[in-house]
Amino acid sequence: MGSIHLAKVTKSFGELTVIPSLDLVVEDGEFVVFVGPSGCGKSTLLRLIAGLEDVSSGQILIDGADVTRNAPAQRGLAMVFQSYALYPHMSVYKNIAFPLRMAGIDRTVIDAKVRGAAKALNLTDYLDRRPGQLSGGQRQRVAIGRAIVREPEAFLFDEPLSNLDAALRVAMRLEISELHHQLKTTMIYVTHDQVEAMTMADKIVVLNRGRIEQVGSPLDLYRKPRNRFVAGFIGSPKMNLIDGAEAARHGAAAIGVRPEHLALSLDGGVWKGTVRVSEHLGSDTFLHVDVEGVGVLTVRAGGEFPVHYGDHVWLTPAPDKLHRFNEHGEAL
Amino acid sequence: MARAVTTRRKALLTVIGWTVGFLVFFPILWTVLTSFKTEGEAIANPPSFLAFDWTTENYTEVQHRSDYFLHMMNSVVISFGSTALGLLFAVPAAWAMAFAPGKRTKDILMWMLSTKMMPAVGVLVPLYILFRDSGLLDTRVGLVGVLTLIDLPLIVWMLYTYFREIPGEILEAARMDGASLGKEIVFVLAPMAVPGIASTTLLNIILSWNEAFWTLNLTTSNAAPLTAFIASYSSPEGLFWAKLSAASTLAIAPILVLGWFSQRQLVRGLTFGAVK
Amino acid sequence: MATLHTRASARLMMAPSVIVLFAWMIVPLAMTLYFSFQRYNLLSPDEHGWTGLLNYTYFLTDPAFGDALTNTLLLVGGVLAITVVGGLCLALMLDQPFWGRGIVRLLVIAPFFVMPTVSALVWKNMLMNPVYGVFAWIARTLGVEPIDWLADVPLLSIILIVAWQWLPFATLILLTALQSLDTEQQEAAEMDGAGVVGRFIHLVLPHLARPITVVILIETIFLLGVFAEILVTTGGGPGTATTNIVYLVYSQALLQFDVGGASAGGIVAVVLANIVAVFLIRLIGKNLDR
Repeated sequence: MGSIHLAKVTKSFGELTVIPSLDLVVEDGEFVVFVGPSGCGKSTLLRLIAGLEDVSSGQILIDGADVTRNAPAQRGLAMVFQSYALYPHMSVYKNIAFPLRMAGIDRTVIDAKVRGAAKALNLTDYLDRRPGQLSGGQRQRVAIGRAIVREPEAFLFDEPLSNLDAALRVAMRLEISELHHQLKTTMIYVTHDQVEAMTMADKIVVLNRGRIEQVGSPLDLYRKPRNRFVAGFIGSPKMNLIDGAEAARHGAAAIGVRPEHLALSLDGGVWKGTVRVSEHLGSDTFLHVDVEGVGVLTVRAGGEFPVHYGDHVWLTPAPDKLHRFNEHGEAL
Repeated sequence: MARAVTTRRKALLTVIGWTVGFLVFFPILWTVLTSFKTEGEAIANPPSFLAFDWTTENYTEVQHRSDYFLHMMNSVVISFGSTALGLLFAVPAAWAMAFAPGKRTKDILMWMLSTKMMPAVGVLVPLYILFRDSGLLDTRVGLVGVLTLIDLPLIVWMLYTYFREIPGEILEAARMDGASLGKEIVFVLAPMAVPGIASTTLLNIILSWNEAFWTLNLTTSNAAPLTAFIASYSSPEGLFWAKLSAASTLAIAPILVLGWFSQRQLVRGLTFGAVK
Repeated sequence: MATLHTRASARLMMAPSVIVLFAWMIVPLAMTLYFSFQRYNLLSPDEHGWTGLLNYTYFLTDPAFGDALTNTLLLVGGVLAITVVGGLCLALMLDQPFWGRGIVRLLVIAPFFVMPTVSALVWKNMLMNPVYGVFAWIARTLGVEPIDWLADVPLLSIILIVAWQWLPFATLILLTALQSLDTEQQEAAEMDGAGVVGRFIHLVLPHLARPITVVILIETIFLLGVFAEILVTTGGGPGTATTNIVYLVYSQALLQFDVGGASAGGIVAVVLANIVAVFLIRLIGKNLDR
């Protein structure tokens, strides 16, 4: 069991308010991702839940019990840090065993659990090595192993993949998702990468300047962003946001259309534009098209689309996929 | 980086380098050589460099004439004692400053540094009187106390700069893993900080071993460490160069070896981390 | 960056160090200050009482004070000049590759580990003695009349002894700084056509400006307190030729037993040292923010 409830939680460092009053419910077994630009307060929020920082006011409940004043270790949570935070002077075995040793658990039980976790994470051959002798991905797995053996109420991940190269990041993403399906334990995952958020989350919490902009499933956020910030943050490449006369024509202060919702044609359409940079990936083609009176729009075409710098193309937005925002940036 | 250096240039540099090194080191070399001469040869003119009758009698004589071993032990007790005591105070303080810094941490560090800059002579008079009145004059305890206090800022500073290099996340991980503050320091911080603590210890032993203001002013005989013992050779009747050399060699040899080992950390410690 | 709990323990763990250092700084200094306004001589302990600024006027108008101040400045300035220039040369030399560089480096830094009383006595006797010393022998070999170093040029002799002790410090710090020079930057300058001299003036020297400042300030702190070297060689003499402020205070306190006068001198020394300390603390404090 591991439901986490934040009630009117605030955090300020001296004069600086990092998190104004915030409410959030994380259900048991959910994979929740906190996403937002750097400095949005997502890591601070995670550290508040972990107990590594004190809340300035408000309450944190785990399984209904108030843990606001409890020390980190008493909250039954495990955390995987961005730097992995492995103990460099201990072997992999001792690293994984450390939380169990601190809990004063019997040696034979520790041994069984450590070996079990090592087997699950493909670390059996590395148990005697020091963290310094491991690759980035292996270190990451040790950090996860150290978290797993405690059988926590919930796992907290603080940007765990940001120090890995691109290929490894994709692989570890899958491993963590797989782990969630096996363990069915609550996981809270902090990242600035919206792709990680979209691919892993049951529920995404988009944060900006300490405030929750929107909470919802990945596709909810993709389909119905509540405001310009979420619209611009979720989705890759970014949604095209258009102000001015073109927006006014749709009765809004700004309109947004995703690159994949613009139909391309060489013959005719709503907007005529000149191709600037074109990125041909084979599977997709991304075009940056300069449309007079609208601006530069990003367009995604499936497969190959043979146009190049300076060519003229026509763009047509899918009418039912058009997002409209008022002058405050809220969705209409 | 990897660039060919002509052999001729390198040979030239080698000659210059060794000549300069020899000249700078000469007074020490000369002391060691003289310590193996007889008193007559020590003042021979022209001086004999290697072709003399090597003797070790000065070393036995030094111990025999004055209780060299006692002063040696005083030096050991004072330098090791003050360092150990200093570490006992400084490790927790440095932990607090490095990992739980508050608004005033920096001010406290700077203030500690400023105490190091107070000239010793400014407090010579009251300390002498305090020591005289409390019977601490010429005692090991008194000197250990004074040296602990003058070393403390340096120890705190050095440890602080080393601790700061340990990522705080690792200590937080330990906290998440259920380690109490004590266990966090013993099982995680201390093992990771071993190199830093070791070099702090080493440098501090060297500095206390060579401290020559308080040791000269607050001791007379019983607690006199080697600095004060050697100083007694300055009196005219102590002008036995070979014996002076033997006593000096014994006094500097151990610390010279330690110093050579600690040369890398020396810079950092002595500049309070300003140069690494 | 931490919880209330850790911050509370932090305060607790810092307390012992702060308290003992505070006591160490404040108690004796307050006593010195108090004594400095007292008539107090250990030889006549009955005469006791406030004398106002008399101790200060006496100390500051004593011709010995003027000499001591000059000597202190000459000593500090002389040693600084020798060690910074010499240390820079040695550092540049040790930065070049040659056979046995590691050993030469050990030889060069060795004097730093020699206790002050030893180095002073070794130089005084075995090197500078006008009859039996090595310098005298060299002079005679060259056909020059040997100098009686400590009698004829006593302050210079002390400067040489102290400079020998501090040369390794400057060398080591400047060498460390040299080795942290960015090689890519050097290579970029070389690509841009800068010669050896140009690179030294435009890249190396600016890079060394800060370490040189550190060397000067830290050495100054220690050099203002030079004591043992004077005590065992000249005893401040001949006359007051090698008496610096520290030695003057020492002789007033422990040779003339004039507690009041020595205390006033001590306070003067504290004031002088603080002028230097302010600069040093600023410099290190700036470094802390990075």
